[in-house]
Amino acid sequence: MNTVLSRANSLFAFSLSVMAALTFGCFITTVFKERSVPVSIAVSRVTLKNLEDFTGPRERSDLGFVTFDITADLQSIFDWNVKQLFLYLSAEYSTKNNALNQVVLWDKVMLRGDNPKLFLKDMKSKYFFFDDGNGLKGNRNVTLTLSWNVVPNAGILPLVTGSGHVSVPFPDTYETTKSY
Amino acid sequence: MLSLDFLDDVRRMNKRQLYYQVLNFGMIVSSALMIWKGLMVVTGSESPIVVVLSGSMEPAFHRGDLLFLTNRIEDPIRVGEIVVFRIEGREIPIVHRVLKIHEKQNGDIKFLTKGDNNAVDDRGLYKRGQHWLEKKDVVGRARGMQSFFSWVYLCWSIESSFLY
Repeated sequence: MNTVLSRANSLFAFSLSVMAALTFGCFITTVFKERSVPVSIAVSRVTLKNLEDFTGPRERSDLGFVTFDITADLQSIFDWNVKQLFLYLSAEYSTKNNALNQVVLWDKVMLRGDNPKLFLKDMKSKYFFFDDGNGLKGNRNVTLTLSWNVVPNAGILPLVTGSGHVSVPFPDTYETTKSY
Repeated sequence: MLSLDFLDDVRRMNKRQLYYQVLNFGMIVSSALMIWKGLMVVTGSESPIVVVLSGSMEPAFHRGDLLFLTNRIEDPIRVGEIVVFRIEGREIPIVHRVLKIHEKQNGDIKFLTKGDNNAVDDRGLYKRGQHWLEKKDVVGRARGMQSFFSWVYLCWSIESSFLY
């Protein structure tokens, strides 16, 4: 330990070991934690149209419009190893064409430090709710759930669904007026 | 200087010691290779650990973060999952989130992806005329990550950009 170079080398090696231990520590202290909280979702308005899917395959498909409210308190999920929560509201339903359809209607990045209490009212969907075909018309069972991807500093990336979902029946007729 | 000291040590060794050193080195290299191949088998993925190259998934993943992937065929593809896929004809895989899925009764699935930090979905990245991804395009799912050592890749990429 009598040259700057050998001291720097020792210091560097030690820092690497400490970082590795910290990484493992972060992982092992949070890997078995419960990451689900109760969520309350309400839907105030559902409209249905039928037009060419301009977001992709240009076929006439059902386009749904949903206005929703979300209430949730995600405070208990954040800890030293949670960098952010990627929240997403998804609609799940089944149609004649496809046994399972899932569409993300809305998403949000919630960083550690941001307000963890969600109290959203009259939200419009962020993404177009196009079906693959005409399966939304008269569909009685479209389920909306709020889920989140827990993004850690080091560790696993679990997908957690909040407990609390709402089932939305879609109308039997198409809306022809220009409204949303 | 340091290099001359090292050569003196080598000259002082007899043949047996030299062979022993070479074998030692070979053991280390083959152990590393065995661990890597073992990881490939356990995870089912051809590249079980990858480095994030772009900022299209910020603020979740930054350039340099390490992702741990699995690629088990029986795992169903669902929205919200982070999948690693390769577009036909392109070499570099992309790590984005699943936005939409349509799955038939027999298990055939078509899905759409989007990077968290991108304003639009990935249809602009797919092949011309391709609107959906299929199971065969998936090379892995992101199951874990670490960001403590992302500076390693960033230092390497800064250094390598000086070479050109």
